[in-house]
Amino acid sequence: MRHLLSAGDLNVDSACLILDTAAQLASVTDRTVKKFPTLRGRTVVNLFFEDSTRTRISFEIAAKRLSADVINFAAKGSSVSKGESLKDTALTLEAMGADAVVIRHGSSGAPHRLATAGWIQGSVVNAGDGTHEHPTQALLDAFTIRHHLRDGTGDLSGVRVAIVGDILHSRVARSNVLLLRTLGAHVTVVAPPTLMPYGVSQWPCAVSYDLDEVLPHVDAVMMLRVQSERMHAAYFPSVNEYSRRYGLNALRMGLLPPHAIVLHPGPMNRGMEISADVADGERAVMVEQVANGVSIRMAVLYLLLGGMTDDGKKEI
Amino acid sequence: MPHETTVIRGVRPYGEDPVDIVVATGVIAEIATAGSGAGRVIEASGLIALPGFVDIHTHLREPGREDAETVETGSRAAALGGFTAVFAMANTSPVADTAGVVEQVWHLGKATGLVDVFPVGAVTVGLGGEQLAELGAMATSAAQVRMFSDDGKCVHDAAIMRRALEYVKAFDGVIAQHAQEPRLTVDAQMNEGVLSGQLGLTGWPGVAEESIIARDVLLAEHVDSRLHVCHVSTAGSVEVIKWAKSRGIKVTAEVTPHHLLLTEDLVASYDPVYKVNPPLRTSADVTALRAALAAGTIDAIATDHAPHPHEDKDCEWAAAAFGMLGLQTAFSIAVLTMINSGLLDWRALADRMSVRPARIGRALGHGHDLKVGAPANICVVDPGASWVVEPATFASKSRNSPYAGMTLPGKVMHVLKAGKPTVECGDLAC
Amino acid sequence: MDSARSVVLDAGDIGRAIRRIAHEVVERNKGAADLILLGIPTRGVFLARRIAAAIELIEGDAVAVGAIDVTLYRDDLRLRPARALEPTAIPTGGIDDKVVVLIDDVLFSGRTVRSALDALNDIGRPRAVQLAALVDRGHRELPIRADYVGKNLPTALAEKVRVRLLEFDDFDEVTIEGGAS
Repeated sequence: MRHLLSAGDLNVDSACLILDTAAQLASVTDRTVKKFPTLRGRTVVNLFFEDSTRTRISFEIAAKRLSADVINFAAKGSSVSKGESLKDTALTLEAMGADAVVIRHGSSGAPHRLATAGWIQGSVVNAGDGTHEHPTQALLDAFTIRHHLRDGTGDLSGVRVAIVGDILHSRVARSNVLLLRTLGAHVTVVAPPTLMPYGVSQWPCAVSYDLDEVLPHVDAVMMLRVQSERMHAAYFPSVNEYSRRYGLNALRMGLLPPHAIVLHPGPMNRGMEISADVADGERAVMVEQVANGVSIRMAVLYLLLGGMTDDGKKEI
Repeated sequence: MPHETTVIRGVRPYGEDPVDIVVATGVIAEIATAGSGAGRVIEASGLIALPGFVDIHTHLREPGREDAETVETGSRAAALGGFTAVFAMANTSPVADTAGVVEQVWHLGKATGLVDVFPVGAVTVGLGGEQLAELGAMATSAAQVRMFSDDGKCVHDAAIMRRALEYVKAFDGVIAQHAQEPRLTVDAQMNEGVLSGQLGLTGWPGVAEESIIARDVLLAEHVDSRLHVCHVSTAGSVEVIKWAKSRGIKVTAEVTPHHLLLTEDLVASYDPVYKVNPPLRTSADVTALRAALAAGTIDAIATDHAPHPHEDKDCEWAAAAFGMLGLQTAFSIAVLTMINSGLLDWRALADRMSVRPARIGRALGHGHDLKVGAPANICVVDPGASWVVEPATFASKSRNSPYAGMTLPGKVMHVLKAGKPTVECGDLAC
Repeated sequence: MDSARSVVLDAGDIGRAIRRIAHEVVERNKGAADLILLGIPTRGVFLARRIAAAIELIEGDAVAVGAIDVTLYRDDLRLRPARALEPTAIPTGGIDDKVVVLIDDVLFSGRTVRSALDALNDIGRPRAVQLAALVDRGHRELPIRADYVGKNLPTALAEKVRVRLLEFDDFDEVTIEGGAS
């Protein structure tokens, strides 16, 4: 593995390797010294063109726990905001010797471009690109689901997952559909038709417009953030109507099987797609998702940088 | 010198039997038995003569973006592509919405002299879509503008479109519409389909093109005026145009070389060299467009040659500019998609690349059949040759060709404009 | 290759070696209190469990046993593609002030043990660390020696020592393969 650009690039073996590696790395949180020397001397650049404090910090902690040097390169307050191109930024990072670039970008495909345009040599990790993908989020979601529903081992064969909300604009949904399918889970995406991508019927998942019909038949439900700006673009008539039809509240929780868990990639709109009592309830696993995110990102960085490089060159 | 006689020796007009085409005083003086003509000889045995191509959709970028292209470099590229006339779109800076700007472009074209440059006038002031530009002034200027277009933007207001169609009747003008419903294509990046959903790129649905074409053909019928549809890209658009033509509506249409060959799958690379407007569509659309061009439902191949400096393509997809180079590859793509597939013969190809586009744009002196007395705008091609596309060697100032590295069939060897050689043996004559 | 393969220890030899190591551990530490046996994956973990069982037979009390994966501490990570991690399992109560016996199947360059010492350092502060190996094949590259050895086995560098254990390989056997001899 040279880059992590899309959850679709992972097969069941490579996905399970990441999950298993994360499971071993998770033990570090119990130790007095929360650090491994593994990536000493390696440089990881967090290149964030969009604000996302939680994702950046998650990658930063992950890299630091593996002893990598971390450089945070945020668009705000840097030359990026003065109109420097992605290419020039990439060339700068390359000159500074970045071994891996973790990139968050508003344009779909920007990480792909960074990895393939020949601007840099290092590994590229997609930390969310436009409305395309967010593979480490999907991995941490799969990790969390596996922990609760499959004793933390193996794949997710037979697990039924509903992904609910703004599927159209969600990179989390795209990555999750691809990864969960690879791991053997059955996925149903649930949204009003206006928030479904064109051609969703061709996706490797079921499609439903009716949340109440889906909830009794799933083991995990993943609520996506719905931005109220979408209302102004006429994707739905009002916040209230959206919440009534697609929000997860205490009443709807009663439809879920007793073992089912509730996930949300955050940040949540309490009262919009999820009610406060559900968000704070004992079946909500959002806090675990955050912790698991660090383990997953450690695993990804270790597997990308912890061995020799792909061209087989020995490095000292 | 002015009365020199040129003989294109042994050439096969439209791929038919070899003859000598004798050119004098800017016209075809004689079509003689092969080997009999006397004068300066262009050896052309095995080659095919066609009327010089006419491109009714070119972006020469001057004035304003001389870093991407100039009238001079664009004219060179056009000549090398076998063209003797090009129509320069109005979306320059300043916009070609006054007699002054169109005359400037026209004069630059004259000064270069490699092709006849026909400026296209903007339909609305600044391409703003709100107020008609001074269409009459452009029509009566030295540039004699007959084609008007806000290309790059759609004349989306139905009332403005109606008025424009009506107004140009006074001087036999035509409105060339860039059919793109703007509200259906906000931030659109690629064809809307399963792939756009997977790639997370905002979709540009075919219906945004088809609905405007449907509206416009009805408007053209209502006011009995001439409508031309730029860069038709979908099978649905073909159906609408076919229907309109069957009703006798005065509509013509063009298709670009890239829409005859390339499909949306290329976008999965996120390489902005494939970013173009309208976007690359599906293989079903490509098939329908080829069939429509063969049937004459679509009248012309037009390049939509859109030069962009390297930095506008060497970036992430969303930040990149729309558009592809086309002038120097159009003929070869036409051979690849239409001749080699058997959909068109050489005479029909000449019709789609020269005769009909000249008629649509009222390009005087162009698009004549190869016969005695016709202006000597002649393109001589080698149908058997093939070549590898190397954008670095292009005459265009820009390099954004989606065909880089491809081996293409058919090569433009010689071009005469009004009897004067502009291209000799594949290179510019000088 | 088969012609150059010879069995050095059979199942019976391995059993005897494990029992002897168990006796030596108990004798040296004057019992089994405060002992933690940590096997280095993969086969060191099974050896640790066997030695623990043998000590329990001798002393009557269960001995704390676990596993310590050293992959993240290795000094040769960049010489090979990234490796999958093995489980680390530290017995409840941790290693502080305990006597840790590290257990590996083959002692060779000493680099694995060096990595294990580094890993231990990040987990806690044992009172003492001892080392047991089923086979010591020599060729040390670091100043490390074993406290308990099942068999000293002089080898050529080109030779390959393979340990097979019932729990992982379906039978017990130690072989030497390849090499010029």
